[in-house]
Amino acid sequence: MADRIILQVTRYRPEDEAQPTFREYEVPCPKEWVVLDGLNYVKDHLDGTLSHRWSCRMGICGSCGMTVNGEPKLTCATFLSDYAPGPVRVEPLANFPIIRDLVVEIGDFMQKLAHVKPWIIRQEEKPLSEGEYQQTPEELDAYKQYSMCINCMLCYAACPVYGLDPKFLGPAAIALAQRYNLDSRDQGEKERMELLSQHEGIWGCTFVGDCTKACPKNVDPAGAIQRYKLKAALAWLKDIFVPRGAK
Amino acid sequence: MTRRSLEPLLWLLFSAGGVLSALFLPVLLLLFGLALPLGWLPPPSHARLIAVLGNPLTGLVLFLLCLLSLFHFAHRFRYTLYDGLQIKHLNELINLFCYGAAIVGSVVAVYLLWNVP
Amino acid sequence: MNEQPKYTDFHPRWFRRRMSTYWWLKRWSYVMFILRELSSVFIAWSIVFLLLLTRAVSQGQEGYEQFLAWSKNPVVVGLNVISLLFVGFHAVTWFNLAPKAMVVRLRGRRVPALWIAGSNYAAWALVSALVAWLILGG
Repeated sequence: MADRIILQVTRYRPEDEAQPTFREYEVPCPKEWVVLDGLNYVKDHLDGTLSHRWSCRMGICGSCGMTVNGEPKLTCATFLSDYAPGPVRVEPLANFPIIRDLVVEIGDFMQKLAHVKPWIIRQEEKPLSEGEYQQTPEELDAYKQYSMCINCMLCYAACPVYGLDPKFLGPAAIALAQRYNLDSRDQGEKERMELLSQHEGIWGCTFVGDCTKACPKNVDPAGAIQRYKLKAALAWLKDIFVPRGAK
Repeated sequence: MTRRSLEPLLWLLFSAGGVLSALFLPVLLLLFGLALPLGWLPPPSHARLIAVLGNPLTGLVLFLLCLLSLFHFAHRFRYTLYDGLQIKHLNELINLFCYGAAIVGSVVAVYLLWNVP
Repeated sequence: MNEQPKYTDFHPRWFRRRMSTYWWLKRWSYVMFILRELSSVFIAWSIVFLLLLTRAVSQGQEGYEQFLAWSKNPVVVGLNVISLLFVGFHAVTWFNLAPKAMVVRLRGRRVPALWIAGSNYAAWALVSALVAWLILGG
């Protein structure tokens, strides 16, 4: 195995350039190095002006998502040696505006996330004296998969619908709404349904399915959206055919 | 739901059409599009087809197959036009074309199936 | 939801990428996606073809024979071969993806996706056999 590998990294310096360009860096490539290690090596030893986001290095914080050889990846979980002999092309996440180099603007996603009310909604909180809300293993199992989301936005970068129409609520936000809907302690399904059943909510999705493939946590947002569509459609039918009083 | 949109209905039609077309169309197309024209199988007699078509149950199934498959087409093709060609701004025209074709096709289907002797 | 994604206005230098018109050629999975979506066109054609057959049969023996002769036309056969491929692709992708929307729970446990897809395929085989038997006779 070659002990060094070429990284082709997107550089965008808005004060100097109108367009992003690529720059090549040669970095060491030991077998335990991930793409993020390569980028940190560049930052520490070759070019201190490179900007990129990262934090935990262990697939939990969701900060280091980038496009590696065209695929959305967590750079902390993508080994350089898998791309030997290289070169490896490292670009910012697709479908988001680029602020600088590998850093993208995520304000849109953060707003959408808050929009679906990803927290437990209760009509009435029971008093503390009554103790905690208990859940059986089955009830936990109903939503656990969707709770693994780390908001890394790889699914947004993989989603062509979001790329084409930034108004689309997008995979992670819908999956997270579903995570709370399926939680036995939550009572906010109606509130969320109103928002999600709009055109830019679930109905915008055409089930390309790449969000599920891109997800590093096996959340399966595409599945969550399809389940939601079925539920929303059945709720719509019920709304029409079941008289008001009988609900 | 406060604001009633048509989207759930269209999706239900799309899904039902997806199921029916997946179940019925491959075998029908294989028989009438390939096996009979290419002489792999002897064509069924006219009397038999009339008997099959004349059964009200067949008529109902065929009608549902036509209606739902056409709405399946309309829904999917509409999104393909939106995304594939990036012409979402022609929204109304596309909707008119796609769902209009589905409605016209369904009416024609009713007419033809009604007139089976 | 906002009309436009809200980005702060005082930073004019963000680089916004636009998706190419040919974005669906960029990745293999996107190509498969667009082919899957285009299967809808061939579904529409299949319905038209079946309705033409219905009309021909209603017109009597002669009409039926004319239809049989017309369906031997190489252009029609070619179109039907392509349609069959697309309709088959639609069926396979549809049955494979169905378990994603349908989550069935039996005795508190989620029924494996393979079973749901499997029952879909069984239904497909059953319907196909039934239709063939109806048309060709036992």
